[in-house]
Amino acid sequence: MQMTSNLDAAFSALADPTRRAILARLAQGEATVMQLAQPFEMTQPAISQHLKVLEQAGLIARRVDGTKRPRRLVEAGIEAMDQWLAMVRTALTKNYDRLDQVLAAMEPEKGKETR
Amino acid sequence: MSKLTLKTEGDTHIVVTRRFAAPPEAVYRAHTEPKLIQQWLLGPEGWTMPVCISDAQTGGKIRYEWTNGKGGGFHLTGEYLELEPFGRIVHVERMYLPDPTPDNHVETRFDADGAGTLMTLRMTLPDAQTRAAMLATGMELGMEVSYVRLENITCKT
Repeated sequence: MQMTSNLDAAFSALADPTRRAILARLAQGEATVMQLAQPFEMTQPAISQHLKVLEQAGLIARRVDGTKRPRRLVEAGIEAMDQWLAMVRTALTKNYDRLDQVLAAMEPEKGKETR
Repeated sequence: MSKLTLKTEGDTHIVVTRRFAAPPEAVYRAHTEPKLIQQWLLGPEGWTMPVCISDAQTGGKIRYEWTNGKGGGFHLTGEYLELEPFGRIVHVERMYLPDPTPDNHVETRFDADGAGTLMTLRMTLPDAQTRAAMLATGMELGMEVSYVRLENITCKT
């Protein structure tokens, strides 16, 4: 359940284009709030709000460096999303592999007509 | 096998693609005829679909009921909105878990691809939050099935 609610928060966090862009930027390495705010025409409080959402979703973390609080990606959070999507893919794959067999069994009837 | 792709698009879509060796007509029939649907649309190992209603005409009803044979089960209802044999199906569906999930609007295309078919399933959810919740909790059939079981799935054909 815990895993599910985290994932829920994580996928919600990713529904916003600014937050996706922030993650893309952090994928290149740690960055301060000011650095993160730069490419966007947004105030620092607005960016901070997005960072808060990402942090609560377990996707980013902060570090104390003097007066700065640089953010970085939390790999475990990103990996959990990856694994979840992989699992969804696996379940769908299973269904469609079964469909392959259903289709293969259907084909003899059809094949005779066309050949 | 990397035949299947699953990705999000914009804020409210999920797009799944898959290639099949059979022609569009066969794939379309396997998506609309109950006797065929019951053979493959099952999710994890051990689940069956004892009830399958698929009235493949505009406005026709859809009802799928799954069970794991051990008292576990859930169902889905929906309606067909548009059918273009054997190229396109548009329908809406909702799962009952046990409360109904928001309507998922689904367009399924079957395009000829050589001797086979390229299927493109495009789901549209009401909003980004719903899509997020669906990806996180409700997407996969039989969510109450343990994760462990999924790991045991073999992909041999």
